[in-house]
Amino acid sequence: MKQDKPCIPRREFLQTSAKKIPGLVVAAAALSTGKTLLAEENSEYNPEDHNYAMGVDIHKCIGCGRCADACKKENKVPLEPEFFRTWVERYVIPVEGEARVDSPNGGIDGFPEIKEKDEILRSFFVPKLCNHCDNAPCVQVCPVGATFKSRDGVVLVDESYCVGCRYCIQACPYGARYLHPTKHVADKCTFCYHRITKGMLPACVEVCPTHTRVFGEEGHRSSPLMRFLRFKDVNVLKAGLNTKPKVYYAGANGEVR
Amino acid sequence: MPFTLISLLHLLTITAESHGFSGYMYPNEYELQWGLLIVVYPYLTGLVAGAFILASLERVFKVSALRPIYRLSLLSALAFMIIAPLPLLAHLGHPERCLEMFLTPHTKSAMAMFGFVYAWYLSVVLLLEIWFDYRENIVRWSNEKRGIKKWFYKALSLGATSVSPESIKFDHKMGKIITIIGIPSAFLLHGYVGFIFGSIKANPWWSSVLIPIVFLFSAIVSGIALMLLIYMITTMFRWKQISMACLNKLGELLFYAIMIDFSLELLDFIHRLYESEESISILSEMISNRLFVSLIVAQIIMGTLVPMVSLGIARFGRLPDELRRIVYFIAALLVQVGIFSTRWNVVIGGQLFSKSLRGLTVYKMELFGLEGLFMTILFLIAPILILFVLTKILPPWPSDEKAVIRDTEKVVTAK
Repeated sequence: MKQDKPCIPRREFLQTSAKKIPGLVVAAAALSTGKTLLAEENSEYNPEDHNYAMGVDIHKCIGCGRCADACKKENKVPLEPEFFRTWVERYVIPVEGEARVDSPNGGIDGFPEIKEKDEILRSFFVPKLCNHCDNAPCVQVCPVGATFKSRDGVVLVDESYCVGCRYCIQACPYGARYLHPTKHVADKCTFCYHRITKGMLPACVEVCPTHTRVFGEEGHRSSPLMRFLRFKDVNVLKAGLNTKPKVYYAGANGEVR
Repeated sequence: MPFTLISLLHLLTITAESHGFSGYMYPNEYELQWGLLIVVYPYLTGLVAGAFILASLERVFKVSALRPIYRLSLLSALAFMIIAPLPLLAHLGHPERCLEMFLTPHTKSAMAMFGFVYAWYLSVVLLLEIWFDYRENIVRWSNEKRGIKKWFYKALSLGATSVSPESIKFDHKMGKIITIIGIPSAFLLHGYVGFIFGSIKANPWWSSVLIPIVFLFSAIVSGIALMLLIYMITTMFRWKQISMACLNKLGELLFYAIMIDFSLELLDFIHRLYESEESISILSEMISNRLFVSLIVAQIIMGTLVPMVSLGIARFGRLPDELRRIVYFIAALLVQVGIFSTRWNVVIGGQLFSKSLRGLTVYKMELFGLEGLFMTILFLIAPILILFVLTKILPPWPSDEKAVIRDTEKVVTAK
C-alpha cells in the first residue's frame, strides 16, 4: 500500500516527543508518589527544622503592656481580665519583707503608682506566657491528647478535640492556661503559630518597644535566641518541677515564680 | 441531708469571706476551674469503694455479723457507681466528646486511664458479682412472677436457668473469686481518684504520695457510715427488726476506719508542717482564712473527732441499745458531713491559692446551672432513688429475715 506522506513527519514526531516525554515521566512519577511530591512543592516549611523558644530580658521590660494587648488582638483572646495568653507582672521588693506582685488587667492598661509605705529596694516587670515546656505536664495529663507538642517544639491545643475537662489547667504550674469562655476548650499561648510558621515573629515580640522578648530557635547558631542565651545569665521558672521550660528569663531572681 | 447542711455552711463562710482575693493570683487563676461537681465525684466514688469493701468483708473474711447488709451494700455500691461519672460529664466543656477518652485515650494521662478502671470495676466486678449472687433468686422470680415481670427476670437471668446444687455451688464460687478480684479493684478505684489529684506536681496542696491512701481510707470510712445509715433507715421504713450485732459491728469497723484515716491525715499534716516547703506559708494562710470552717470545724472536729469519740463510747461503753442506735446514727451522719468536707477541702482548697504562692482567691458557688448547688443536690439524691428502684427489682432482704437476724446474733454472741 502506497502512502504518500506520513501522518506526522518523523522529524516533527521526534521533536515533539523530546519535548513532551520528560514532562510525562515527571507527571507519572508525581502521580505514583502522590502526596509527597505535591507537598514538597508547597512545603518550604518543614517543622522538623525548627525548635522554637523565647528569651525574656527582665532588665529591659518597661511594663508598657503592649505585648499583652497585641496578643489579645492578634489571637482574639477574650478581653475580660481573667483570660490571658501573656501578661506582665510587676514586682516590688521592699527593703524589708516579702515581694509584692500585681498585674492589673495583665498590665495592658499600665500599672498604678506605687504607694508603699515601706522603703522600696527595687522594682521590675516580668512578662509571662506559656513556657512551651519540653517536659510539659499539661501534655502529660490531657486525657484525649488534644494538648500536644508539635514537631517544631510548640505546645498546642487542638480545639476541635479538647473535651474541656480542665485537667491541663490544673497541671500547668505557671497559670498559663484558661478555659475559653465561649469555645469551652483550653486555650493558651501558641507562640503565634500562624505567624511563626510563615517566618514572622509572634505578635508580642513584634510590638515590644524595648526588645525585651527575643524569639528564636534553639540549636540554630544564627538565631537571635542563641545570642541571647550566650550573653545573658538565664533562668527558667520553677526549674525544680523539671518541666524543662523553653522561655528563658534573663535577670529573674528567686522571687520570680 | 448532710451535704445540704455542709453546703450551707460553706455558703456562709463564703459570704463571710467575700472580700475576694488577697495577695497576687495569676490572672488566669481568678476563676476556679473545678467546682462543686468535682467535689461530688470523689465523694460518690468513695462511697462506692467503701460499700463494696464492706460487702467483701462478709464474703471473703466471713464477718458473719455483716450478713444482713451484704446484698444491700452491693446494690448501694452499684447505685452510687451509676451516678458517679455524671458530675464529671456535666462539668466537661464538651460533654459530647467524652467518648474520645475511651476511643482515643492518651495513655499517659491519669484521667484517661481512670475511664478504664471505672469500666472494669462497674462491669467486671460489680455487675458480675451482683449477677452471680442473685442468679438463683432471679431464676426463681422468673418462674414465680407473671406477665412482663416474668420476662424481665428471664432476660436478667441471661438464659442461665439451672438451679441445680452444682450450678448454685458454681455461683458461690464465682462470687467469691470476683470478690477477691474486687477488693484490689475497689482499692484501685478510689486510690486512683486520689492519684488524679496527688500526681499534679504543680499543686503543692495535692501533690503528695499519701493522697491516694488517704482517699482510700476516707472512702472506707464513708462507705461504712453510708451503709450504717442506709441499713437503719431502710429497716425503720420497712418496720423490721434491726440486727444489733450488725450495727455494733458496723460501729466498731467505722471507729477503727476513722482512727486509721485520721492518723494518715495527721501524718500528712505533720509531714507538711515539718518539711516546711516553699508553699507552707500560703497553705497555712489558706487553712486559717479560707478553710477554717470546712477543714477545722467540719472535717476535723465535727466529722472526725466527735464521731470517733462518740462511736468509741457507744461501742465499748455500757449504753442501752436505743441510745446506742441514736449515737451510731448521728455519728454516721457527721461522718458523711466530714467526708464531704474532706473532698471539698481537697478539690476546692487546691484551687484557692495561687500557684505563684502569693495569694488566695474565693470560690463563688453557683446556685443554678449545670455546675450549681441544685444540680449537685440532684446528683446526691439520684443514687438514693436508683437504690430504691434496685431494691424493688432485686430485693436484698432475705425472705426469712427474722431467722437470719436471730442466727447472726447467735453466731456473734457465741464468738
